[in-house]
Amino acid sequence: MDFDISDEQRRFQGVVRSFVDDAIRPNVEAWDRSHELPMDAVRQMAELGLFGLPFPEEFGGSGSDFLTLCLAIEEIARVDSSLAITLEAAVGLGSMPVYRFGSESQRKELLPELAAGEALAAFGLTEPGGGSDAGATRTRARQDGGEWVINGSKSFITNSGTPITKFVTITAITGEVDGNKEITAIVVPNGTRGFEVGKAYRKMGWHHSDTHELAFSDCRVPLDNQLGERGQGFRNFLEILDDGRIAIAALAVGLAQGCLDESVKYVHERTAFGRPIGSFQALQFKIADMATKVELARTMYYKAAWLKEKESPYKKEAAMAKLYASEIAVDVAREAVQVHGGYGYIEEFDVCRHFRDSKILEIGEGTSEIMRILIARSLGLPEA
Amino acid sequence: MNIVVCVKHIPDPNLPPEMDGTRLKREGVQGVLDPGDEFGVEAGLQLKEQHGGEVTLVSMGPPAAREAITRGLSMGADKGILVSDDALQNADALVTARVLAAAIKRAEFDLVIAGVESTDGYTGTMPATLAEFLDVPMITFVKELENAEGNLKVDRQTADGYHVVEAPLPALITVTAGVNEPRYASFKGIMAAKKKPVDELSLADLGLSGDDVASKQTVKELSPAEERKAGEVVEDDGTAAEKIADFLAEAKVI
Ligand SMILES: Cc1cc2nc3c(=O)[nH]c(=O)nc-3n(C[C@H](O)[C@H](O)[C@H](O)COP(=O)(O)OP(=O)(O)OC[C@H]3O[C@@H](n4cnc5c(N)ncnc54)[C@H](O)[C@@H]3O)c2cc1C
Repeated sequence: MDFDISDEQRRFQGVVRSFVDDAIRPNVEAWDRSHELPMDAVRQMAELGLFGLPFPEEFGGSGSDFLTLCLAIEEIARVDSSLAITLEAAVGLGSMPVYRFGSESQRKELLPELAAGEALAAFGLTEPGGGSDAGATRTRARQDGGEWVINGSKSFITNSGTPITKFVTITAITGEVDGNKEITAIVVPNGTRGFEVGKAYRKMGWHHSDTHELAFSDCRVPLDNQLGERGQGFRNFLEILDDGRIAIAALAVGLAQGCLDESVKYVHERTAFGRPIGSFQALQFKIADMATKVELARTMYYKAAWLKEKESPYKKEAAMAKLYASEIAVDVAREAVQVHGGYGYIEEFDVCRHFRDSKILEIGEGTSEIMRILIARSLGLPEA
Repeated sequence: MNIVVCVKHIPDPNLPPEMDGTRLKREGVQGVLDPGDEFGVEAGLQLKEQHGGEVTLVSMGPPAAREAITRGLSMGADKGILVSDDALQNADALVTARVLAAAIKRAEFDLVIAGVESTDGYTGTMPATLAEFLDVPMITFVKELENAEGNLKVDRQTADGYHVVEAPLPALITVTAGVNEPRYASFKGIMAAKKKPVDELSLADLGLSGDDVASKQTVKELSPAEERKAGEVVEDDGTAAEKIADFLAEAKVI
């Protein structure tokens, strides 16, 4: 057994950490207040090659692997969850479906720009009427000559309205097979007539991540924009979500680690009753628990990524990693605020933002309930 | 243009230093490429991008110092030389310069770049000594540089402005921290660094003997720097401006 990341991964982790300290940490509070994706930061992340990490060089990537992407996401999330989810959604949800399910010409045409971080893509599965029940898709695409005609809407779509968003891949009903909906994935370029990006949501956290509602009315795209096989849209997206869950676990671990680091620092500095508060056993125990949870969550996402890398089944482990990491992230953030006392409730303190940013982790890319359903199912429990 | 950049592997300056008697502990502690040297590497890479050629990193240090070279190679340098020998454990700046000179002279070079001083030892004497051993002109505190047909033209930082200085190549320059923005290594750069050649040399490989590297300096004593005193707080009771002006006048600032 070997629990170590490679020397190269460790070096790259160090590079991302210094980038985060130099370029992100000093600005994160202002960005959070602005509620706008800082495009300069996105450009710098692109220059670092972050958006192309897991893709082969022939598509403009750097030929690393999924774990390396997760390591980068974790490093960014120690400080800035909004930029971490921007990266996660861009690579994991925007580019990955093209890489995994696209035709050779789609990959050649679409991937290089995405891998270079010059353009972003989004992934539209959730609808106003349902996210967990992804089969509840209502958006329809009907064939008309050489085109798909799309009608419907999507909610909460990350990266769908940035100045460099190139397209959104959506799921739509394209027919019926044996009484079941046939769901197909279709690439819809931003700017297509009939495709409207709604105004940005006001969110509890992830303030400077870009999230919009999308509306399609008689929106026409060429039939060639179909991504993957007809009728496989749903299955393919579920596969993409398995990977996404490992990446969300990495993001959650980063947030929790950031909370732990801030707490350890603070209990040295702050005094009460004539002693550093870190000398009180009540806080020592809290911090020991935080550290234990962070370590366990990290070990689990490493394991899920490792299983994926060696092409073993990892669906259950990905769900466990996502479930555990997102729930401990919320716990650790809440306790970090507690350790900071009143200052923890004030926006100048990182843990305040981390607490707001943590909650979505139990919801996005599959809620905790859905994770438990998947895990229970993998144990062969009777279905409802 | 053949550019040589001196790089040093030092204990991470962000961590509290660990001492071993009068010596800074270098083994078994977290080490990094001296942050001051990153500016030298960046300056070298920029010159290479303008004029072509090669950037060679040279370092003297224990085997772990290879990590500092790897870091520079990940940023884009082409190859490295690491001089490592047990006999060098207590090397002073004079010995370091002699060893680096011997390593650098093994190949043709146009320009040697070093930091003004290292972040751990801070003697600031090594580059000038090295220039002497290499028998080349030296320009210190370079903030801007340009290679105009074999002639080096630099802006040299001074207390109240800068000098414009020219020197024929080969030459040695020292660059101040902050002259450029050292690039981050990309993942591709890190992978490529694995395949770049690093020569690991001993003293014997350089034709040097134990006598050549006997340090002339010894550190007699070491004491912690005086802690900075807390500043004086002036409460504004209407006379604060006056008090601050008096303070500044006393300090001969105004
Ligand atoms: C900031 C943000 C960004 C997002 N980005 C994207 C994106 O880029 N692309 C995208 O497609 N989606 C995105 N989403 C949507 C997200 O994935 C969904 O919100 C999530 O999957 C939950 O779906 P829902 O909101 O419809 O909740 P519902 O499905 O309505 O769930 C409501 C509650 O019911 C529970 N529940 C539902 N079904 C069951 C069941 N069978 N058993 C037990 N409990 C159940 C849920 O766990 C939850 O607690 C984003 C959401 C947010 C907030």
